[in-house]
Amino acid sequence: MAKPPARTNSGVRAQRDSWSTLRRFTSARIGLGRAGGSIPTRELLEFQLAHARARDAVNHAFDVPAFSEALSAKQIDSLSLGSAAGDRHTFIQRPDLGRILDDESKALLQSKTGDQGCDVVFVIADGLSALAVERHALPVIEMTRAHLVREGWRIAPYCLVGQGRVAIGDEIGALLQAQLSVVLIGERPGLSSPDSLGAYLTFDPLPGRSNAERNCISNIRPEGLDYAAAAFKLLHLMRQARARKLSGIALKEDAPLPAPAELQKLFPNSA
Amino acid sequence: MAGYSRTVGAQRYNFSDLKTLLAKASPARSGDRLAGLAADSEEERVAAQMTLADTPLQSFLDEAIVPYESDEVTRLIIDSHDEAAFAPVAPLTVGEFRDWLLDYPTDSKILSALAPGITPEMAAAVSKIMRIQDMVLVSGKCRVVTRFRNTIGLQGRLSSRLQPNHPTDDPKGIAASILDGLMYGCGDAVIGINPATDNVDQTVMLVNMLDEIIQTYGIPTQSCVLTHVTNAMQAIERGAPVDLMFQSVAGTEAANESFGINLGLLDEARKAALSLERGTVGSNVMYFETGQGSALSANSHHGIDQQTCEARAYGVARAFSPLLVNSVVGFIGPEYLDGREIIRAGVEDHFCGKLLGLPMGMDVCYTNHADADQDDMDTLLTLLGAAGCNFVMGVPGADDIMLNYQSTSFHDALYLRQLLGLKPAPEFEAWLEQTGIFENGTRLSTVASGHPLLGLAER
Repeated sequence: MAKPPARTNSGVRAQRDSWSTLRRFTSARIGLGRAGGSIPTRELLEFQLAHARARDAVNHAFDVPAFSEALSAKQIDSLSLGSAAGDRHTFIQRPDLGRILDDESKALLQSKTGDQGCDVVFVIADGLSALAVERHALPVIEMTRAHLVREGWRIAPYCLVGQGRVAIGDEIGALLQAQLSVVLIGERPGLSSPDSLGAYLTFDPLPGRSNAERNCISNIRPEGLDYAAAAFKLLHLMRQARARKLSGIALKEDAPLPAPAELQKLFPNSA
Repeated sequence: MAGYSRTVGAQRYNFSDLKTLLAKASPARSGDRLAGLAADSEEERVAAQMTLADTPLQSFLDEAIVPYESDEVTRLIIDSHDEAAFAPVAPLTVGEFRDWLLDYPTDSKILSALAPGITPEMAAAVSKIMRIQDMVLVSGKCRVVTRFRNTIGLQGRLSSRLQPNHPTDDPKGIAASILDGLMYGCGDAVIGINPATDNVDQTVMLVNMLDEIIQTYGIPTQSCVLTHVTNAMQAIERGAPVDLMFQSVAGTEAANESFGINLGLLDEARKAALSLERGTVGSNVMYFETGQGSALSANSHHGIDQQTCEARAYGVARAFSPLLVNSVVGFIGPEYLDGREIIRAGVEDHFCGKLLGLPMGMDVCYTNHADADQDDMDTLLTLLGAAGCNFVMGVPGADDIMLNYQSTSFHDALYLRQLLGLKPAPEFEAWLEQTGIFENGTRLSTVASGHPLLGLAER
């Protein structure tokens, strides 16, 4: 086999920008430098990597059985459901189908409607990033659950949904006669955030609820809103919604976050 | 209503009315499939296109696709139609109109004179039977020039919007992106921020910041904070130096209502901006954004396909003499436009806007759940450069960290300028040469350390 040619310093260099230090002020892709007027090789490939991660996150399939097992290990009951959008392609192109359950899932929940109802149902749906759900939903579930159990909330089995959109929580909540639904769902991946989790809260969930009737906590991930802060905000909203019997624009997410030490006390397993 | 029909081979296709014919003739779109309006087969689509080609242009004046009585956009289109301008093409069918547009004698002057005689539905109809090369060729013959502090849309020029968005509107973060964009020769269409916090206080703060930068460095361009017109009008009442009024617009009264606007409000907003008399070389003060699928997503499409709805949005825009109009073509997501559909839609939007006499630019863009990538954007960008697009977006590294989507970068604008020999707006070009950022109109020079602009973000 021929010996590869030795690497030489050809002197070919992309031109740097003298103001690239301004990146300390923004995460925007500034000061990238240039080859002629075009983007330098290294920056081109960094972008491609970020986009590849975002695309992988969108296409990643939610491993419902594994998530269900992880909940079981924490003595948390769950139900495995699917939306009417049977596969990823249909899910992306037909948002309407991602908002309703498939027949089997619907029958499963209907078989439970004889039960007494509940105060809250948590719905864990892949949305546009199953990666977000697989990485960040369990810590948020555990942190909120500890408080809810202590406060006497009746919590329905956690509903895990493949190919689900936010509004599928309405149908699930209605079938389980839940007073509140909380949907933990993967948000649309950004180039620098392939795994951002969102939490949507709806009082008196029923098919046909509009987004104005929900409250949303966005960007839940360690680099964004961390788990303890998200759990604190979510619990605050849940208590408010229950007390005032509403959710949406009339309910403001206005609780000031406690100091880190206080948060640590409230959510001891958050470290 | 007679309805339309055609026999192709052994199959007879019926189209109950003009809007159904337009929808069935429309090139494949996921949004039209979602709305249940698309052709059921490829053959039905071509049968509809053949039927549409035989339809007289006059039909679009005789048969309103959204009722005149219930929709102010239809009333605007019909009431402002210029019969004299329409006269040269009045006897033509849609198919003959395509041939006429492509014919050698049909030049810039003729197309400018024609624009007030063309309705959005006519433009949409002819685009549906045109290939990409047809639309690029005809768009390239259209020239629409507008002015505020510089001159946008001249032959051989390409402008860019500098879009320095920041997730928390941090002034230093925004200034850093503005500096970067200016150093790459971007920002002659507008320096325009999408605010993360959308209220009047924030609008006033950002408008003042942009004005100070433009004044300090004597940049021949205009600023805009892309907030709702009602916010910008309140900012003006508080004395904020607003250059351009921004608003998203759509093609039906109901869709505009969902945006919180109507034609009367747009007129008030324009008058408020005009009253400040801030333009130095002209008084085009409006900036509109549009995009296929917006009427469907607002549940107000009236059974009209998304591309025809989009053309009607241009009918709204042209009543207000805008400086800038752009479609945000891939922003809405793959349930409306997916993969290669974005490319054709971008070319259609530019073509229909130009034919109607609008200063069309384009936000060549996509989201991460669309089956699209940078190669698709390069394809559309290059087509639009060839088609004579007035402006494109300039986002640092093509990555908008506030809106979470990919648009075109400062480098992308430089690519197009270099490849096609396109220069910035003349006033801005002179400024770039004076400040030592550009040499020979399309190339960057090496910026000396101690360049005055470098202080912009450290203030």
